[in-house]
Amino acid sequence: MSWYKPADVGFAVRAYLGDVGYAARLFMRLLQTVGYALRRNALVRDQIHFLGNYSLAIIGISGLFVGFVLSLQGYYILQRYGSAEALGLMVTLSLMRELGPVVTALLFAGRAGTALTAEIGLMKAGEQISVMEMMAVNPIERVLAARFWGGVIVMPLLAATFSAMGIVGGWVVGVLMIGVDGGAFWSQIQGGVDVFKDLGNGVVKSAVFGVAVTFIALLQGYNALATPEGVAKATTRTVVMASLTVLALDFVLTAMMFTI
Amino acid sequence: MQRSKIDTWVGFFVLVGAVAVLFLALQSANLLSLSFQKTYAVSAKFDNIGGLKPKAAVKSAGVVVGRVENIAFDDKSFQARVTMALESRYAFPKDSSLKILTSGLLGDQYLGIEAGADDKNLAPGDVISSTQSAVVLENLISQFLYNKAADTSGSAPTK
Repeated sequence: MSWYKPADVGFAVRAYLGDVGYAARLFMRLLQTVGYALRRNALVRDQIHFLGNYSLAIIGISGLFVGFVLSLQGYYILQRYGSAEALGLMVTLSLMRELGPVVTALLFAGRAGTALTAEIGLMKAGEQISVMEMMAVNPIERVLAARFWGGVIVMPLLAATFSAMGIVGGWVVGVLMIGVDGGAFWSQIQGGVDVFKDLGNGVVKSAVFGVAVTFIALLQGYNALATPEGVAKATTRTVVMASLTVLALDFVLTAMMFTI
Repeated sequence: MQRSKIDTWVGFFVLVGAVAVLFLALQSANLLSLSFQKTYAVSAKFDNIGGLKPKAAVKSAGVVVGRVENIAFDDKSFQARVTMALESRYAFPKDSSLKILTSGLLGDQYLGIEAGADDKNLAPGDVISSTQSAVVLENLISQFLYNKAADTSGSAPTK
């Protein structure tokens, strides 16, 4: 493979386009499984339990500590300009608009996305997927759909938990430890945060990230080579691709939401 | 349908998420302050609105009685035309006056409405005529310097 040989370049482009097309088709087929997921909602419930409940601790604790740090750092900058009361607003807006959705998505990719990839990859390695196809059970419906919709439902809830914990953390450090006036802390937040513009856009962001991270995890698992090495590589690719996709999508979404 | 332990835990998780969203909406974004009261529109012209923005509060005696709806420039009188929505449950006399005020040193600007003494009340579509513009820091400083200069030139040189 060398970049100056037209044939190699052409082959690489064709292979890449093939991958993109395969991913897009899988995505469309996943979107069409809404009805199946609603009929078999016990499967989705199990996935919400697996993806959500077990991620709750890491998300909550991370949110709390991000809030602590934001509050500490923000205080030293804001008090230089004599506006330490705006601390709460700064913490809340950064959490709701950016850190909540993005950090949650990154943690979710590491905590739940890898588990999804490894699980599906090992199912493939153990030929469970082939067996399903032989029994005329559609693995995309039976295996992937519940996991996909579970992840999509779980992400916004986790992001909201993260933001709420972060604000509580910011309040603990800002008001209880540093001694910013509590009334000013909350009133600045309430005066400066808009329900639709800030909170609503944050929820939309986290839902988009949920779709992206879950889909990438499922795609990598479903495409994994059916060997131990293949599953390991697929898990790594999930983390790398999901993180990069989340950061890139975040930039695009922010540009669309907050600059107009 | 059979209820299992997982149902309980999933319910717990969804509840935690819902509580978080509610906390964000009520405590932070102040959803309750979005008033769904009936309002009536009143407009006013200002020489200078400073940093007033749409959605800014209209306060009387410190209580929010309405919101700024729209700010436009009138190229006939070269003034800013501010349209605001006052809550229908509050009535103000026709000769009430408007002031642009600032909450705190660095806070947002808002409109203060001061009640007049007229018998008739403001009706939808009325224009409030007596307005006071925002305080612009540069004007204040130049005025101060100008007065200072006038003072020193008026009095005999002290040195």
